[in-house]
Amino acid sequence: MSSTAMPDAMNAFEIAHAVRTGAVLARTVVMDALERIANQEQDLHCFNVVTEDVALAAADAVDATVARGEDPGPLAGVPVALKDNLCTRGIATTCSSKILEGWIPPYDATVVDRLRRAGAIVVGKTNLDEFAMGSSTENSAFGPSRNPWDHSRVPGGSSGGSAAAVAAGYVPLSLGSDTGGSIRQPASFCGVVGVKPTYGLVSRYGLIAFASSLDQIGPFATTVADAALLLESIGGHDSRDSTSLDGESVAVVDALELGVVGLRVGIIRDFLVDADDSVVSAVNAAAAALAVVGATVDEVAIPELMNGLAAYYLIAPAEASSNLSRYDGVRYGLRVDGPDVAAMNARTRAEGFGAEVKRRIMLGTYVLSAGYYDAYYAQAQRVRTLVAGAFNRAYERFDVLIGPTTPSVAFALGQKTEDPLAMYLSDLFTIPSNLAGHPAMSVPFALGEHGLPIGVQVFAPALKESVMFRVAHAIEAAQQTGCRAPVGLSRSTRS
Amino acid sequence: MTLLTPGWELTVGLEVHCELQTETKLFCSCANAFGEEPNTNVCPVCLGLPGSLPVLNRLAVEYAMRIGIALNCRVEPSIFHRKNYFYPDMPKDYQVSQYDSPINVDGFIELPAGTRVGIERAHLEEDTGKTSHMGGGGRIHDADYSLVDYNRAGVPLVEIVSRPDISSPDDARAYVSELRSILVASGASDGRMEEGSLRVDANVSVRRSGMVELGTRCEVKNMNSLRSLGRAIEYEALRQIGLLESGGRVVQETRHWNENEGRTSSLRSKEEAYDYRYFPEPDLVALSPESEWIDAVRDALPPMPNARRATLGALVLSSDPGLDEHALRDQIATVVDLGLDQLVSEAIGEGADGRLALARCANEAATRPDAARALDPRAFGVLIGLEAGGKISATQSKTVLLEMLDGSGEPLEIVKRLGFEGVDKIHLGAIIDQIIAANPAEWQRFVEGDEKVAQFLFGQVMRETKGNANGKLVAEAFHARKSG
Repeated sequence: MSSTAMPDAMNAFEIAHAVRTGAVLARTVVMDALERIANQEQDLHCFNVVTEDVALAAADAVDATVARGEDPGPLAGVPVALKDNLCTRGIATTCSSKILEGWIPPYDATVVDRLRRAGAIVVGKTNLDEFAMGSSTENSAFGPSRNPWDHSRVPGGSSGGSAAAVAAGYVPLSLGSDTGGSIRQPASFCGVVGVKPTYGLVSRYGLIAFASSLDQIGPFATTVADAALLLESIGGHDSRDSTSLDGESVAVVDALELGVVGLRVGIIRDFLVDADDSVVSAVNAAAAALAVVGATVDEVAIPELMNGLAAYYLIAPAEASSNLSRYDGVRYGLRVDGPDVAAMNARTRAEGFGAEVKRRIMLGTYVLSAGYYDAYYAQAQRVRTLVAGAFNRAYERFDVLIGPTTPSVAFALGQKTEDPLAMYLSDLFTIPSNLAGHPAMSVPFALGEHGLPIGVQVFAPALKESVMFRVAHAIEAAQQTGCRAPVGLSRSTRS
Repeated sequence: MTLLTPGWELTVGLEVHCELQTETKLFCSCANAFGEEPNTNVCPVCLGLPGSLPVLNRLAVEYAMRIGIALNCRVEPSIFHRKNYFYPDMPKDYQVSQYDSPINVDGFIELPAGTRVGIERAHLEEDTGKTSHMGGGGRIHDADYSLVDYNRAGVPLVEIVSRPDISSPDDARAYVSELRSILVASGASDGRMEEGSLRVDANVSVRRSGMVELGTRCEVKNMNSLRSLGRAIEYEALRQIGLLESGGRVVQETRHWNENEGRTSSLRSKEEAYDYRYFPEPDLVALSPESEWIDAVRDALPPMPNARRATLGALVLSSDPGLDEHALRDQIATVVDLGLDQLVSEAIGEGADGRLALARCANEAATRPDAARALDPRAFGVLIGLEAGGKISATQSKTVLLEMLDGSGEPLEIVKRLGFEGVDKIHLGAIIDQIIAANPAEWQRFVEGDEKVAQFLFGQVMRETKGNANGKLVAEAFHARKSG
């Protein structure tokens, strides 16, 4: 029984159940995932590294646990892909940058610890825009990932590899990080669920920092329920992260079935102006679907949110310029020698960082400089406060807000690489949540231009993940057939 | 210390970095220890490895508050900032420090001589690692290569910034010396300048007497003792005066004190100064110690040196109201500084002579402060009693005290063992007779009132008794014979 081939299209809940009950071996599940990766990875380039041996050893350990009659955990045997900015002990962690060449972390990120303890199997590290700076994965030093729906298009970014790995059916779950939309935007582009939790709900320990006050780790999954399961496994207080919220446990799975009757849903009108027609239609249709199942729906204007982008592109680069100072060639990663220390620093950074990273370091260095701080950084922080306040005022009238995740469906590779500002604008609707520290998630809902998926974004107040997931669950129930990851698990053997 | 050139005033502000003697570092659980194998007390956090995050050490905060309270500062809600600059011994290439909202503000120190020096702030920050430049004279510019030890990286520091209230090299030394005593008394630091637990930078400027505006200042670094602090300030002041008197001007810059050459040299100019790009550290949350905590720290703080000096002075004086307190000031300061005031107080409590107990502590016991602090006050009192009562001489008393510090037993036992018991009066009389007989001319001059020859005669007796005679008794005996 347990040696039979893995059944098709199992989600994380089903896999964990099958493995825990001994119906299927974790090894079989992992072998299957590795095979799917081997079949398509040439085309998609989701991974920087596939950790085959480590994954199989971990699977065997889970199987041994089951054999002993013990419980390996809620994610038993579930293959998971990790964005390659999450530290993994003994496994290279690159941030898709040349500057970390050869560096192998001596420790696991807290989320990696927690995944292992929940019985999940890490199968590899996924591609990203270098140091998570970008919206297409094209800023990777190792080449772009491709969208499984259309290989000529980007999977989004910066967590493009993690989104595509789930969309391609490699794995049912993956982790990304979201600083200005880096989970939700690729989730929308790839037709998967992507969640940015409340700032402080998931420990950042072991997440290689881009912009510390905005970064948050979150799940990708094919279903809202799977995303909830993953979030519960990784969330909760961690004493190693001072910004981790005290005493918060994450209970979202049980909330899913509570429905949305009586919930007040606001459509953010300002976001509809700049979005493509198909995207606007999808949002309106999702709202209508929520009304059908008992929510009250109204539009709301929150014009302050439109100032978020400008504030973000001051705060994030400022923090990044400091966070990335440590890559100086002295202690680890790339070193390009020079006649003195300063020259070695400069040469190492000139060669090790890509153009977008350099652009943001320079921008951030500038905005923090003596004489400019008040005009830029301090002003941006005031705008940030304004954005959070505007959200909170809206939440006096609404339990959740909805809107588009991105202005359009996935764009073509190369389409925006020459125009950074156009690239930045693809995060217009996701950035405000990071500035406010509030949770938001993208749920696949419809198909748009070129038959590509469109995600609807659900926003909630801080720590109201359970309400957000209830609404996301209801939206998912009304989603257009075929709008979610086209391939699901075991596509190769499914049809 | 030589006086400054007449017509000029010196203004000095000092920045003192003090390592806190916590068990662990400021943001991780690595040991805070001095002198271990390089790069053994390190972890992802203090090495600044990608993805690591700081977690603030509660005890370091408490020590910082102790220092602030001891320096009469207000303890305020504070936040941490990042101070950004590249240096190989700084793992993250930024230092987590406090900038515009430090934990302690606006205090002062009262120097033993009565001068009050304002304290602008005393803030928490992390230390850097330590770079050793190999070859080429030990400076970075011409080194063959450099080695970095990160054991010190992340060690908690409190930086204490004085107001520019110091106007002489002596006051600067007195300030650091008093600050050091306060730090040690607070329990927050071991105050060891030689090991680098206390590091002093001086902002030095000069102006013509009577000018209101301060002159352009230079920051002088690399003084590793009180002596070099005084020398460096004096050198720098004279350099600036010389410049100004010859029509030049002082350029604001950072200067390096070279101990061997006895001079300062330019390290970097104002133009080369770093732009630290301070901004709030996003990986830490605001620090707002609740008032109960602050009160508890205040209540648990032991008396500070100035209070202890006052207490000890009053006690010594009460045992002998005729004493000149001013004359005892240095001894009192030394005893308090070494933490021996308890020993003196308790010995006095046991009935010992205050002036003698103070003197023995400030001189002999001070050479072995650790052992002295462990002395039994009762035994010490007995020793002082023996000396005061003339049972043993001052020289003998010192010898016995050193034996006691070696842990060689009770004073009476030691006195007996060393044969100090007795050049008693009868025996002493015989020796004096013998000396008078052997030196009739000198004796005659003594009788005629020549005090200079008295020292010669007393010395003869001391030689005869191998220093065991009580000097006071010898003098009394000679004078008795003269008048008798």
